[in-house]
Amino acid sequence: MGDPQKKSKDYPEGGVIDEAGSARKYKTGDWRSQKPEVDKEKCINCLWCWVYCPDNSVLVEEGKMVGFRYSHCKGCGICAAECPKKAITMKKEGN
Amino acid sequence: MQPLAMNGDQAIAYAWKQINPDVVAAYPITPQTIIVEAFSEYVADGLVDTEFVCAESEHSAMSLCIGAAAGGARTCTATASAGLAFMWEMLYIAASMRLPIVMAVANRALSGPINIHCDHSDTMGARDSGWIQIFGENAQEAYDNSIMAFRISEHLDLRLPVMTNIDGFITSHSLENLNLLQDEEVKKFIGEFKPIKPLLDYKNPVTYGPFDPPDFYFEHKYQQVEAMSRAMPIIKKIAEEYAKISGRSYEIVESYQVEDADFVAIAAGSTAGTLRSVVDELRAEGKKVGSLKLRVFRPFPDEEIVEALEGKKGVAVLDRSISFGATGPIFPEVRSALYDVDERPKIVNYIYGLGGRDVSIEELKSVYYKMMTGECDRVNYLGVRI
Repeated sequence: MGDPQKKSKDYPEGGVIDEAGSARKYKTGDWRSQKPEVDKEKCINCLWCWVYCPDNSVLVEEGKMVGFRYSHCKGCGICAAECPKKAITMKKEGN
Repeated sequence: MQPLAMNGDQAIAYAWKQINPDVVAAYPITPQTIIVEAFSEYVADGLVDTEFVCAESEHSAMSLCIGAAAGGARTCTATASAGLAFMWEMLYIAASMRLPIVMAVANRALSGPINIHCDHSDTMGARDSGWIQIFGENAQEAYDNSIMAFRISEHLDLRLPVMTNIDGFITSHSLENLNLLQDEEVKKFIGEFKPIKPLLDYKNPVTYGPFDPPDFYFEHKYQQVEAMSRAMPIIKKIAEEYAKISGRSYEIVESYQVEDADFVAIAAGSTAGTLRSVVDELRAEGKKVGSLKLRVFRPFPDEEIVEALEGKKGVAVLDRSISFGATGPIFPEVRSALYDVDERPKIVNYIYGLGGRDVSIEELKSVYYKMMTGECDRVNYLGVRI
């Protein structure tokens, strides 16, 4: 979502982007209407979710699944659908 | 400088020669062809140092202009009819990227049936593309508008593309005497081109044309709204400056015998000239009539229209194009401009001259007579065999 404080006149004219690497600032996670949540009691760290995630939004540390990168997760639900242990559930978010 | 005989197309090419743009990318199409043909001779003869690109289509020609203007070059092109239609997608991109491109259009009917002669269907169709549109009445105006267009388009508060229109064949191919400025005067008037955030400034890299999602697109469209809303005073100011060096002054809408008139007809392009002759003849008969030339169509001059027409008994809007299932395109805009005034005239529409159908003095007189007697419909068709 664009900064709600910024007005039309605050943006460079003509849709020009005048700073390099600005895509990093654009968090596409707010397109989401449902978010994945993991139950680590059931998770076996098979990393199937990491393999399937189309948006590189499953966080892995030292070979273990540790959660989601919600700044870019769009809530597609593929991780939940593919998890062999049903450890991931999708929760409704927002309106 | 001695007056020279030129047709409207040659006059535009001559203006471009004096301006010496960095890039011209074009594809030939009647009745515009003479413009790029004459200009390509200037290039071949070394009279300009323009990069002249013969594109493989009009879509490519406008794409090249967009690339050149975004790169930081003073850029212009010319087209007509199907050529303009083929540029459609790129017209919107040129305007939304806020690129100062000047384009001459020799107005011609759209196919089909195929026809190469004058009407305004081509540029009226491009009405909503975000370009400033200025109509010229004759070769002199073709020349003058071409020079002013660069200043308008490149103005730092605008940066909008500008279309300069002339009537195909009627103006593009008719030889007229016209007064030209000296090369130095034109150069001084136009000034140096000032690129804004050009792509070729590799020390300050920018991206042109990125994807604009729903949370930004509307803001960028509003920037175009704001830019257009700033255009009218800038067009007026540049015309005033131009009058100082040329002795020729141009209004946004030009009134002829309108002040004490009861009945007024409005037209854009060469017909505005014919209307003045008609007004002279009717005035000699003692009729209180006047005429209005719509020079600037985008942005639409609501205020000027109201100022000229409030309190008149009748107004006839002459449209040289049509929106099937509705009316001519200028008619609803004139009506809308006058909707809020206290003394609203009766306003009727005349569709005329499609596909180069000549419009005669007698026919235009009948427009006034019928306004006076009330024997006309809301939408009327002039000179067609019904």
